[in-house]
Formats: sequence, C-alpha cells, structure tokens
Amino acid sequence: MQELIRETKPSASSQALVHRACELLSDGTVARVLGWKKGDLPYNPEPAFFDSAEALSSFTYDAFCGANLSKYMIEASRLEGKTLVFLKPCDTYSFNQLIKEHRVDREKAYIVGIGCTGKLSGEKIHALGIKAVEAIEGAEDGMLCEGQESASGKTRAAEEAAAAAEIVAPADPDAVLTIQTLYGEKTCAYDEVMLERCHVCKGKEHKIYDELLGQSRETKNADRFAEVERIEAMSPQERFAFFQSELSKCIRCNACRNVCPACSCRKCVFDSNKFDSSQKANVDSFEEKMFHIIRAFHVAGRCTDCGECSRVCPQGIPLHLFNRKFIKDIDTFYGEFQAGEDAETKGPLTSFTLDDAEPGIAEGR
Amino acid sequence: MSIEAKEEFRPKIVAFCCNWCSYAGADLAGSSRLGYPADVKIIRVPCSCRVNPMFVLRAFEKGADGVILCGCHPGDCHYSTGNYYTRRRMKLLFSMLDYIGVENGRTRVEWVSAAEGVKFSTTMNEFVAKIHSLGKNVRLEDLRCKN
Repeated sequence: MQELIRETKPSASSQALVHRACELLSDGTVARVLGWKKGDLPYNPEPAFFDSAEALSSFTYDAFCGANLSKYMIEASRLEGKTLVFLKPCDTYSFNQLIKEHRVDREKAYIVGIGCTGKLSGEKIHALGIKAVEAIEGAEDGMLCEGQESASGKTRAAEEAAAAAEIVAPADPDAVLTIQTLYGEKTCAYDEVMLERCHVCKGKEHKIYDELLGQSRETKNADRFAEVERIEAMSPQERFAFFQSELSKCIRCNACRNVCPACSCRKCVFDSNKFDSSQKANVDSFEEKMFHIIRAFHVAGRCTDCGECSRVCPQGIPLHLFNRKFIKDIDTFYGEFQAGEDAETKGPLTSFTLDDAEPGIAEGR
Repeated sequence: MSIEAKEEFRPKIVAFCCNWCSYAGADLAGSSRLGYPADVKIIRVPCSCRVNPMFVLRAFEKGADGVILCGCHPGDCHYSTGNYYTRRRMKLLFSMLDYIGVENGRTRVEWVSAAEGVKFSTTMNEFVAKIHSLGKNVRLEDLRCKN
C-alpha cells in the first residue's frame, strides 16, 4: 500500500518540463539539463544535472522545488556546451545578478522560465505537528498547466506556452494540501505552509529567459519589511536579546553561505584558519554574530532577497532579516534598488553620490 | 576594598586613520601640543576605504571598546573617490550594528583633514569620553581572542 502511494505518476508540470527538456536535448540545443530530482522524502527534491532523456525519468517539479538553480550555473558555465536551466521568476533575479558579476556565462545557458505557484516548506509542515509524511497531494503541480502540451510543432507550442505564462492567476486562498502520514490523513492550508519568501513575493515576472513555460499564481500577501520594522521599533536591549536568542542557535554549518547565489567567492574569508576563533571551542556567541553580519554585509546591495538562506537553515534562523535590513537601509538612504532587476545597473555599494547621508552617530541610531 | 574596584577603566579605542589626511592631522595635533588620550591606538591605512567592515568587527572581537574611522573630507580623497565608498559602507554597517542592539556611539566616522589638528584632538577627546560613559564592551568581545 505504501509502495502504491509512493509510485505516483509524474505531475502535469513535471511532464511538460521533461517533454521540453527532451526536445532540446535531442535537437542538440543543450548538452545537459539543470533541474530537480526526487528526494528520499516527498518534500525534499534536490537540484540535479541530467544529461540524457533516460536520466530525466527522476526529474520532478513540484511545489517543494524551492531551490534556486542560478548558483549551479557558475559550475555549468565552465562545462562544454549549453545547459538548460529551469528558473522560477525569483531565480531570474539571481541569474541577472550573477551575469552582472561575470560569474555566469549567458551564452552557456538556455533559460526556461517556469511558472511558480508559491513554494512550500517541509519544516512548516513539521511545525504543524504533521510528522512521518509519506505522500502529499495538492503540491504536485509547481506551476499551473492547462492539460498536456500538444506535441505538434514545438516552436508554436513554445509560443503558446509563453503566452500562457504571461498570465498570472490570482491567489487561491482555499488551496489545501492532503498529507498521508503513518498516522493517517491530515490536511493543511497551502498558504499556511508556504515559504516566508513567497508571502512577500517580488512578482511573477521572469527578468531573463529564452522561453517561458507554465503559469504562475499570485502569492504575495504580506509586507516585506514588516518584520524588520517591528524589530527596529524595539529597544536596543530587546533587539540584542532577540538576535542573541536567534543567532545562538547557529551551528556554523555554512549552509546559508553555500546556498546563497550572491556568495560566490571562490575563496571565502570564513574558510581562513587564521582566525583566533576558528580553532577553538565556542564560548560565547559573538562569532556567530560576526559571521552573520559579515555574511549579510558581503551580499549587501547584491542580495536579491531570494530567501534561500532562511530556507536551508537547519536551525530555522530568520537570516533574511539581516539581508532585508540592508535592503531597507539602501532603499531609504540611496533610493529604491532591487538587485538583479537587470544585468547592467551599478549596485548601491559600488556607486555613490556627492551628498550621501553621513554615517554620523546621532542620525538614525 | 577589592582590587578590581581600584582599577580604573581604561578603554581600548582603535582609530583607523587614512595616511593622507587624518594621520597627518594626528601628526599636526601632536606637533601643536594638542593632547588626546593615550587610549586611542591609531592604525594607519592607505585610505579610509581600505577599512573592510570586517576590520571593525575584528577590532571589537579582540576587545576594543570603540572604533573610529578618520578619513579625508568627502571630495578631498587622495584617491579621488575612496571616502565616498567608505561613507556608504559604514553607514550600512553602523546601522546593522544598531539593529542587532549594540550600544550607540561605539562606532564613529569623522572626516579630519591634514590641517585639522584641533579637530582631531577634540574628536578623540569626545569619543574617549563617550566610550568611558558606555563602559566596557561586553557584547561584541570574543573571549577566545584574548591574549
């Protein structure tokens, strides 16, 4: 019975993407495909390269495919031939940013912009007390598909799909997940277990692509800076206590750094063993604070707010609060800026004006 | 009664001074016999822009009680534009330090030209007084970095 549940048919969206990927592989446009493959649990698909149609049998695209594939294109840019990469609307910002930083080669990428209906978090499902998950229904479709794609004339099919992707469906507050667990069937609202970043979605428009597939759904229903403003309104003691309690959870696994598309230095300052603290046991929490301040500072002005750091944090630290503080400050002091909006504009920390605000001790502190 | 009570708090203050303006300003303060507290330890940097935000945090980690950056006045940078970048960078860094709840006033940026020995001296006196009133930096120090 369990076997039956697990052997579910690939979803309509997975099928549509695999179909297109096979076409592009067979006509030689691309040498490999960068996408997601099924994980060992229903809610943890992982990024993977596929180099043949057979390999694509393990390909999956569902509402748990939150992973941003842009960073993998740094590696793929060094390989022979083009790589087909599936990018969700928010991932295209990161890709643009990487082009701006000369970390990826646009010519080596064939970007298929895919629809997104809001990505889900396995941790949030766990947090609701739903454990021992065996299968999840209602999350199969990572994008809205209008039936199966007709195989007749692939350019026309692609055009139609592109036209379809322009449309962004309204939010569906009634969407429900049905979760099969060892302890029976449970249900929860789709919205409730959506990743934090999808509640503050930047928009469902792809900023860079070669073609579009599938349709998105509106998910934004919260203010991006609300949490930052709430913390700013606290007293300094409360703020210190808040960050102390959050950051003391940090185990320095470096997952936030490794997943971040903006953290792409070949050699990282935190890999240096010359630090006094690096070889010694942790005695207080400043090391974590320093790590997180510097990590956020290194991506300030380049962070597209893709939310990957918070998604991968095994300790559930809200790391986006650091990035968003910098984004908010940049917006306030130097004008609205969205990293990755395009691949040309200079970042706020690599440019200046003659009458910038002074970092005085009195102002704003 | 106790030995600790007798020990006066001597703050450790790190001042990053740019080679072209502020370091010469400090020199002028010295040759003009204008005093500034010996608690200020000057580190000469080629330009205020050389100061990586990490330097500031490392100074705190190693036990500094206050960090001050001095550079040429905006527009007077020896390298034309260095201090404009410093200004943006430090604005964001200080705002972040404030955000995580570190006391106000432990960090500061001041523009001091080579002719402003008086400004250098008064700035340092003010800053040391400020750090005195804030007391020892306990929030940012890392005990493992103690020698």
